Amino acid sequence: MIFGRSERGKPPVEPVTLKILVAGGFGVGKTTLVGAVSEIRPLRTEELLTEAGRPVDDVSGVEAKNTTTVAMDFGRITLREDLVLYLFGTPGQERFWFMWDELSEGALGAVVLADTRRLEDCFAAIDYFERRAIPFLVGVNRFDGAARYPADDVRRALDLDDHVPLLMCDARDRESVKEVLVGVVQHAMAQAAQRRQTVGT
Amino acid sequence: MSADGQGRSHWFDDEAGPVVRPYAMTRGRTTSAAQHRLDLIAVVVTEPHADDPEADPTLSPEHVDIVELCRDTSQTVAELSAELDLPIGVVRVLVGDLVESEFVHVNRPVPPAELPDESILRDVINGLRAL
Ligand SMILES: Nc1nc2c(ncn2[C@@H]2O[C@H](COP(=O)(O)OP(=O)(O)OP(=O)(O)O)[C@@H](O)[C@H]2O)c(=O)[nH]1
Ligand SMILES: [Mg+2]
Repeated sequence: MIFGRSERGKPPVEPVTLKILVAGGFGVGKTTLVGAVSEIRPLRTEELLTEAGRPVDDVSGVEAKNTTTVAMDFGRITLREDLVLYLFGTPGQERFWFMWDELSEGALGAVVLADTRRLEDCFAAIDYFERRAIPFLVGVNRFDGAARYPADDVRRALDLDDHVPLLMCDARDRESVKEVLVGVVQHAMAQAAQRRQTVGT
Repeated sequence: MSADGQGRSHWFDDEAGPVVRPYAMTRGRTTSAAQHRLDLIAVVVTEPHADDPEADPTLSPEHVDIVELCRDTSQTVAELSAELDLPIGVVRVLVGDLVESEFVHVNRPVPPAELPDESILRDVINGLRAL
């Protein structure tokens, strides 16, 4: 079965891989967003952590340590045979920040999903990406029954820098999520161009 | 190897419980010489000459699984972790071993702090729009 997919000897394509992170508070719709555009059902991957929230990096004596598992889900979008974009839904809690460090390394950018009923849940993510100059945008996930606030009010409540894009979105809707992702990449391009200019002068 | 010997059975100690179990495959190691904290989207590709990994007594069944999975279609570290239901740290160690023994090679993604080419970003935007 393992050998079934193609004839042997044909070397596999080695695609360029890119990643975008999807951050935000508990239950804000991260997995839903990933699933809306992924060509595969979101997959789960795990890392073992010590209680202190550090990855298990020395397993001798692990019996004595309390370890927990942190799960992330991810989806895949094959843009071309040789260009594949991965979306990682990242655990929202601050104690998992070390995982964000690892995930954000080399990331194209990030989406911070916000729910207007509990905006404070995404403060940590916004702080995080701002501090590390990782290009991100805020997607306000419109839940049914949640009051709809004008974008400017949400921006103010989040104390968002003017240059950070903010979009209203529906994490369940493929077109809406596509727009969000295009927004992230455009923002990353703009930020890179600006950085080049600053360096160049 | 007897079950109460001191070799690998040590790692299957009941007391150690399920948490330790995955690390038994790596004999407790979480780092490997050839490995530099592989990114989750680093791409693992089986070498064409890696014909018969099962014949190699130094490889665990999980090593063999990785060699076979990456033969026809390259796989990222995250995909291997999901597919084999192993923690990321374990997959990193196993892939590191396989790089060292030249069963697979790894393509690292675009280096951190270095955005990909503008032309690639444009391709991403166009690709997303065309979905
Ligand atoms: N009405 C509505 N419901 C949504 C929307 N997005 C997500 N949901 C629902 O909200 C619930 C939580 O969504 P998830 O995608 O699991 O959220 P999550 O951020 O991955 O949650 P955790 O991983 O547990 O933090 C699910 O029942 C979704 O169906 C939305 O845009 N509108
Ligand atoms: Mg989720």
